[in-house]
Parts: sequence; C-alpha cells; structure tokens
Amino acid sequence: MSDLASSAPDVVPERKHGGAASVVVDRVTKVFNQGRSDEVVALSDVDLTVGAGEFVSLIGPSGCGKSTLLRLIADLIEPTTGTVTVAGKPAAQSRRDQEYGIAFQQAGLFEWRTVRRNVELPLELRGLAKAERRARAEQMLELVGLADFAGHYPGQLSGGMQQRVAIARALAVQPPLLLMDEPFGALDEMTRERLQSELLGICAATGAGTVFVTHSISEAVFLSDRVVVMSARPGRITASIEVDLPSRDEAGRQAPVYFEKITEVRQALRS
Amino acid sequence: MRRVLPPLVFGVLALVLWEVFVAAGRVAPFILPAPTAIGAQIAEQRQNIWDAALASGANALAGLIGGTILAVLAALAASRSRFLGEVSVPFAAVVNALPIIALAPILNNMFESTSSVPRRLVTGIVVFFPVFLNLLRGLREVDPVHQELMRTYAASVWTFAVKVRLPGALPHLFTGLRQASSLAVIAAVVAEYFGGLQDGLGARITSAAAFTAYPRAWAFVAGACLLGLTFYLVTLLLERVAMPWKRSLIS
Repeated sequence: MSDLASSAPDVVPERKHGGAASVVVDRVTKVFNQGRSDEVVALSDVDLTVGAGEFVSLIGPSGCGKSTLLRLIADLIEPTTGTVTVAGKPAAQSRRDQEYGIAFQQAGLFEWRTVRRNVELPLELRGLAKAERRARAEQMLELVGLADFAGHYPGQLSGGMQQRVAIARALAVQPPLLLMDEPFGALDEMTRERLQSELLGICAATGAGTVFVTHSISEAVFLSDRVVVMSARPGRITASIEVDLPSRDEAGRQAPVYFEKITEVRQALRS
Repeated sequence: MRRVLPPLVFGVLALVLWEVFVAAGRVAPFILPAPTAIGAQIAEQRQNIWDAALASGANALAGLIGGTILAVLAALAASRSRFLGEVSVPFAAVVNALPIIALAPILNNMFESTSSVPRRLVTGIVVFFPVFLNLLRGLREVDPVHQELMRTYAASVWTFAVKVRLPGALPHLFTGLRQASSLAVIAAVVAEYFGGLQDGLGARITSAAAFTAYPRAWAFVAGACLLGLTFYLVTLLLERVAMPWKRSLIS
C-alpha cells in the first residue's frame, strides 16, 4: 500500500495484483422465452473473467445484453447454458453469501427509512448487532461524503446524493465485488464526473472489483482497467480493450492516451 | 393563519347569511331553523349531545378498528396469492359500491334490541372495503428495484413483507383509513335510523325530528358533524405520526 500512496487516484497497479478471479463467466448463453414465438437470444456464448480488484466496464448499444450479463453475475436471472462463478462459488451461492454489492440506475432507496437505516439494511439482513450496523453505516456514509445527512430521508436528497447513498449501501457488507448497472445514467454531467472520481477513490479504498454497465464511452474509459465491448442480436463480446491511464483524475481526462482509448472503443463499437 | 382565515371568514359569513335569510321570513323556521336557534339547542342539550356522541363514537371506533384489522389481514392474504387477489378485487369493488348501510335492519333483527353489535357490524363492514382495496393496491405496487435488491440480499418472504411491502403500502393504508374514518361515523349514526339500541346520535336526530323539534334535531346533526371531523383529524394525525418521512417532505 505504501508504495502507492504517492499518487492516490492512480490505483491501477495495485488492483492488477489482485490474484484470484472474482468473476468467471464461462460459455454463457441466455435465451428469453425459449421455444416461444417471441424467443430472444440475449447472450450468445459469452466468456468473461474479472480479476480481483479489477474495474471492468460493459459497453454496447441498447439490447446488447450488458444488463443481462450483469444480472446473470448477480444471480437475478439464471443462464440458459454455461456457468457463472463469483468469488470462487456458483453465482447463486455467492448471492446468498452477499459476496457482491449492487447499484442500479435508480437509487432504489427505501423512502421510509432514513439514509443511515437504508445503508444498514443489508447488514440488518445479515443479522449484525445494532451498534455494529450503525458504526459500519456511518463509516460508509463518511466514505461517500454524506455523514451529515445520516438522519435525513431519501426524499430530502438530490438525485446525485441518493445515488451516493445507494453506493454506500452496496458497499456496506464490504463485498469483494461491486456490480453497477448504469448507476450514473440519470445524473447530470457535472454530478456524474464528481461521482466517477469518488467511485474510483472508494474502489481503491476498499479494493473491491467492479463490473460497471454504461452507455458512455468516456465514462467507461475513464473508470476502467478494461472496457468490454458488446454487440447486439445476439448479444456477445466483440472486443476487450485494456486501458492504462497515467492517472485517473483531471489530468487523466486530458491525457492523449485517454482520447486514443476513446477512439479505440468507439471504433470497436462501430465495427 | 393565512390558510385558516379564508375558510373561517367564509364559514362565519355563510352563518350570518343563513341567519338573515331565516329572520327575514323567507323560509319557515320548521323547514330550516336559524343558526341561533340551533346554537341555543346545542347549549341546552350539550350533555345529551355529548352522551349520544360518546355512544356513537364508541360504535364507530369499534367498527373502525375491527374492520381495519380484518381488512389488513385479508389484504395480506390476497397479496400473497395471485388467485385470491384476482378474485377478491372485483368482488370487493362491487360490494363497496353497494349501500351496505341497508343491511342494518336485517342485522338489527338478528340480535337483541339492547345489543350494540349490529351497528358495529355495519360499521365494520363499511370500513372493511376501502381499507382492503387501498391496502391491497399498495401491497402489490412494489418497486421492481426494491424487489431485485431484496433478492440480492437473499431476503425471505417474511422479511420482504415486513421490511418492504408493509412500509411501502402505508400511504395506501392511510388513504383507505381516511375514507373509512368518515364512513365509520356515518355508518354508526345512520344505522340507528333502522332500529336497534337507541342511545346514539342517529336515534336522537330521528326522535327530535319526529317531535318536530327541528332546532334540536339540527343540534344533534351538528354533534354528528363534529364527531366525524374528530375521527378524520385523528386519522390525519396518526398518518403524520406513522409516516415521518412524508412530514419531513412538507416542512
């Protein structure tokens, strides 16, 4: 850790030394409404490995199955064929063990719970003692910069703040893996860039690996160690582009390599 | 003050107009007594009005609580079973549109004439449907994101019901209760028009009217208005206490 302290936002080297893979998607096909007239092949023969602590973005046109792939990893749906392994276990087992935290495009906060109690919910369901839950929730809110709003209700917060609460909630069980389905999709550009930086800081602090679904090429390039490009009908992976920015901050957004990678992803999306 | 003043001024003005209208001899006092005559009766009968309001209030409250408990249990059951839900909603909607109060004479004949049960039963039935229909709608409207989240937490059906379904349905429950609280008072008062034990506001109104003591009848009607208003306001207060997150949005 100490050898990295000099450039805090640049956390890529550490994350690449992660070790065992946190997600292995092995020859997965997903067919909806199989055998019916409205049969849809959402994913066809997809392989994907996400290393521990690695930040991988899934990008592609609407209907390319990127959200489906994320839901398969989360065991919210089951593959038609193939296997999904998360944290060395079958996806279903990992879900039951809360090996991942998840955030969606809608913050999905429980409006009748205060911010703190929203973050506490996954801990509550794990049966943690009240004092410990509270301490952990405060710590997570500190991390997303919302410690002062612990007693507020979600309805009193802006969209960006709600999304930060959702991220704090996803992190509450300190999972080794973070799954995010366009979490910043509904936010304005300024809030979005600020949250991107915050997310990188959080991932660095917790060492969590991340699978991040997005429409935005610049967002994918800025955040990721690897951008996985998908195409539609049937959904499959067409390219996997490693990104190694000199730093992940304002300077990183200006670096030539950043623009090169954006071009590379754009071309991969076109082809 | 700004919010209270206009309706207050309007109300006072309406009373004054009413008084002037009657005093000017445009309407016979036995058709529409003057507000002052009614006021005098309210002052004179206040003990009777109070006693009758207590009796009717107890009936309304018993029916409201009983009907609500049954409606909550029924809604929980109907929300758990697709079949029950599909069958019960149209059925409940049709029954809800019927004048349930018309059951009062039949129920009165089923019990002794000294029993309070028939009025409470009618009230309970009247209360049941709005609470059931509203709550069931709330229980079924679960945010899909919440549903997926609870699945990622591997939450049991019970946990899901207690932590998500019920609190999420509270606003709907109170919508139903607000309707039901006014209906409960109406049912408890009107049920007495059809016989049974005669110790509430409804019986007082009919007997005063039968003796052509119209100002007294109106005095008891005013008592019934106040009782209904009390029930409604207490429900609003409960709603605010039960849902602090709504309150904080208003302030």
